[in-house]
Amino acid sequence: MINKIASSVAEALHGVRDGATVLIGGFGTAGIPNELIAGLIEQGARELTVVNNNAGNGEHGLAALLKTGRVRKIICSFPRQADSQVFDGLYRSKQIELELVPQGNLAERLRAAGAGIGAFFTPTGYGTELAKNADGSPKETRVIDGRPYVLEYPIHGDVALIKAERGDRWGNLVYRKAARNFGPVMATAAKRCIASVFDIAELGALDPETIVTPGIHVSAVVKIARVATQAGGFKEAA
Amino acid sequence: MSYTRRTKDALAKRVAQDIHDGAYVNLGIGQPTLVANHLPPGIEVILHSENGILGMGPAPASGQEDYDLINAGKQPVSLLPGGAFFHHADSFAMMRGGHLDICVLGAFQVSATGDLANWSTGEPGSIPAVGGAMDLAIGAKQTWVMMDLLTKQGTSKVVPQCSYPLTGIGCVKRIYSDLATLECTPQGLRLIDTVEGLSLDELQRLVGLPIAAPATPA
Repeated sequence: MINKIASSVAEALHGVRDGATVLIGGFGTAGIPNELIAGLIEQGARELTVVNNNAGNGEHGLAALLKTGRVRKIICSFPRQADSQVFDGLYRSKQIELELVPQGNLAERLRAAGAGIGAFFTPTGYGTELAKNADGSPKETRVIDGRPYVLEYPIHGDVALIKAERGDRWGNLVYRKAARNFGPVMATAAKRCIASVFDIAELGALDPETIVTPGIHVSAVVKIARVATQAGGFKEAA
Repeated sequence: MSYTRRTKDALAKRVAQDIHDGAYVNLGIGQPTLVANHLPPGIEVILHSENGILGMGPAPASGQEDYDLINAGKQPVSLLPGGAFFHHADSFAMMRGGHLDICVLGAFQVSATGDLANWSTGEPGSIPAVGGAMDLAIGAKQTWVMMDLLTKQGTSKVVPQCSYPLTGIGCVKRIYSDLATLECTPQGLRLIDTVEGLSLDELQRLVGLPIAAPATPA
């Protein structure tokens, strides 16, 4: 019998290794798997590479993980925010490496990883500073049908931590509103995907027409207490 | 002759007046979001938000905020009947794939041929952040910029070549500013309109670049 339901966050996160690349879902206040991030802090893996759209807000969640000093590198599109002080401090004191990626390239590089694509040519970023490698050399480019493109490579994760609304023991997931964001692509891009959910559904109870992430992409589903989603760490009307 | 700058709302209204019925539109963070308040009555415009929303509606009433339903600026919004959610790779495929009719962005600088600089001033020591700016700039069928024509120091933000780091090359089709509306073409700038009392000669003096007369009389 397949049973991907983990009894606790700690059980779900067991085996995350030092040096792992961890994909963390969420955009703004929506879809951030805060309970799983707290579990990762507890779990203690070090020398991590984290992939998220942002680089933490306030002092909680991803910011708290950064504060432990266990994140070597972050790959994101928008680190600088009014309350990204933890990241800002680490970046300015050169204690964290930043790979800045245009948001659509970030999503597509994750999608490519999950879809078995070796690399892809994208128009986004062509002719800009973000069409350079970390050492400053230009990324490969090509003109296709008269339009210039930049070659971008997939981002593979060892683990993905995502937040969904409901799941079942096969790992099928449904999301809520704009909390879906990076969840479905990150689920496909990692060797192991761990999803937190507010409800566990009986097998067959999720409408198959509405399942967004089929269980094949999910290794563990862990139920967390329902909390009123709120603007944790975000200034109002920032 | 004297002339008056368009207020931020008047500028938003000027942009909104060029958005057609049925358009799929992405409004960038900041000033462009004002455009939503000025869409002409009687037309349907579908707003896209990069974080996976089509059919985005206005901010909910106080107390009705749902933090699973936010816009790209992370502010609570609503969903109109007919709206839809989708994941990030689909959302950016919608942009990059040329499915959006119009995106409206702010800018630090725009070149006469439509190069855009709007994500970084390249200041040493500053923390870079790009978000969806580069994807939006090159993705929509038409990218429009909404900005003041001049900096606080009085220099033109429309320039021969951007000195700030580029967001995209040759991607801006129109500049809506507080003083004039301009078209960017591979040959340079062309006038669409100016505020009342501002002549083309005076506008060219302010911008410091040649501006062709309107294609059809304004």
